[in-house]
Amino acid sequence: MAGGQERILRRRIRSVQSTKKITRAMELIAATRVVRAQERATAARPYAEEITNVILDLAEAGAEVSHPLLRRTEPVRRTAFVVITSDRGLCGAYNSSVIRAAEREVMAAQTEGSDYSLILVGKKAESYFRFRNYRIDRAFAGMTDRPTFEDARAVAEAVATPFEAEEIDRVELIYTRFLSVGSQRVVVRRFLPLQAVAGDDSEGDLRATYDFEPSPEGIIETLLPRYVEARLFAALLDAAASEHAARQRAMKSATDNAEELIVKLTREMNRARQDAITTEIMEIVGGAEALAQDRGPLDALEPPAAMPDPVVAVRSQP
Amino acid sequence: MPLHVELVSPERILFSGEADMVITRTTGGDIAFQPGHAPFLGVLQIGAARIRLTDGREEVAAVHGGFVEVNDDRVIILSDIAELSSQIDVARAERAKARAEQRLQQDHDAEAEAALRRAHVRIEIGA
Repeated sequence: MAGGQERILRRRIRSVQSTKKITRAMELIAATRVVRAQERATAARPYAEEITNVILDLAEAGAEVSHPLLRRTEPVRRTAFVVITSDRGLCGAYNSSVIRAAEREVMAAQTEGSDYSLILVGKKAESYFRFRNYRIDRAFAGMTDRPTFEDARAVAEAVATPFEAEEIDRVELIYTRFLSVGSQRVVVRRFLPLQAVAGDDSEGDLRATYDFEPSPEGIIETLLPRYVEARLFAALLDAAASEHAARQRAMKSATDNAEELIVKLTREMNRARQDAITTEIMEIVGGAEALAQDRGPLDALEPPAAMPDPVVAVRSQP
Repeated sequence: MPLHVELVSPERILFSGEADMVITRTTGGDIAFQPGHAPFLGVLQIGAARIRLTDGREEVAAVHGGFVEVNDDRVIILSDIAELSSQIDVARAERAKARAEQRLQQDHDAEAEAALRRAHVRIEIGA
């Protein structure tokens, strides 16, 4: 039978249709997750802001700010890179752009004569760098979808401990900043040493003088690690929101493409079906004519007016 | 002029409102803040924070370490882990307490001790 082409196309349309259903579902899920991730990022902001305020107040009150996390070393012997990617793919260029930026930074550090250390968040970064035989110091997975403060704390410890032990002299944070649902940007941020907060001397007299308990230095000591955790947490939340936004966009274009493909394939299938019908009719007509020639004039048995031209009849169907 | 109190955890603002007095525990011991308190900045211990609201009710939260800043009649409690009394699962705290006690009997580690103290605070204010 001549319907082979048609059957193949029908099968393809069905497969594209089910893919479309999946991508549509993922798009909708990602859309709700973006909103939730954004809410979480907003909810987490007060803590980071307040902790920054406390540090500023301490600096203005003239506290002696010296802490291992503020240690500045020149030249930098070893730079650690915290690379935040996702565990899952299907999110467009989200992971590859972060990874590309990270690789560029590692090369730049190497040309400056500094060794590198990789602290990877998300399975995608891990598999990329492992495949290329980079030295990976720590890898975290299972937290990028919905990061908690505990996760942030674990990552913060993985960088703060070697930093305080002077195994690394600088920490860079590479992640995707969430600007809006429509735009996210990969950023490279200096993470450690913390930028020393300069107290504003001109306003120093007007500022309230604080009572400290136990002492300004004691507070700084417990405060700075929290600050590091809060900053990392903010970065993780931003990255999560970006991931979902990127996935939503990727899945939307996948759904749109599927739709387009279905239209194209349906058209092709209809043409194939019509071609098959035409061919079949031609064969019947050809066969009938051949028989007529064999058995003598058929016209004598049936007048031609009784039977319309089959080709014309089929073509004129809507 | 009441105090404006905010209890902030890393994930969200747990409580925000007006209060007459806030009692909490810093490394130097229990301390109460009332309107007009001098600017203060302290490190919190594992303990309860009692917030006496202007309408007479009292909000109690378990605060597992953190900071308190008082300035200009604003009290801000920053805590890594903080729970309002209404959110505390006492049964779970009891289990945690039993677990911590068991671990402490075997050997003395700071982790278990802190866990025990956290469990105590939870049970105390959750009940």
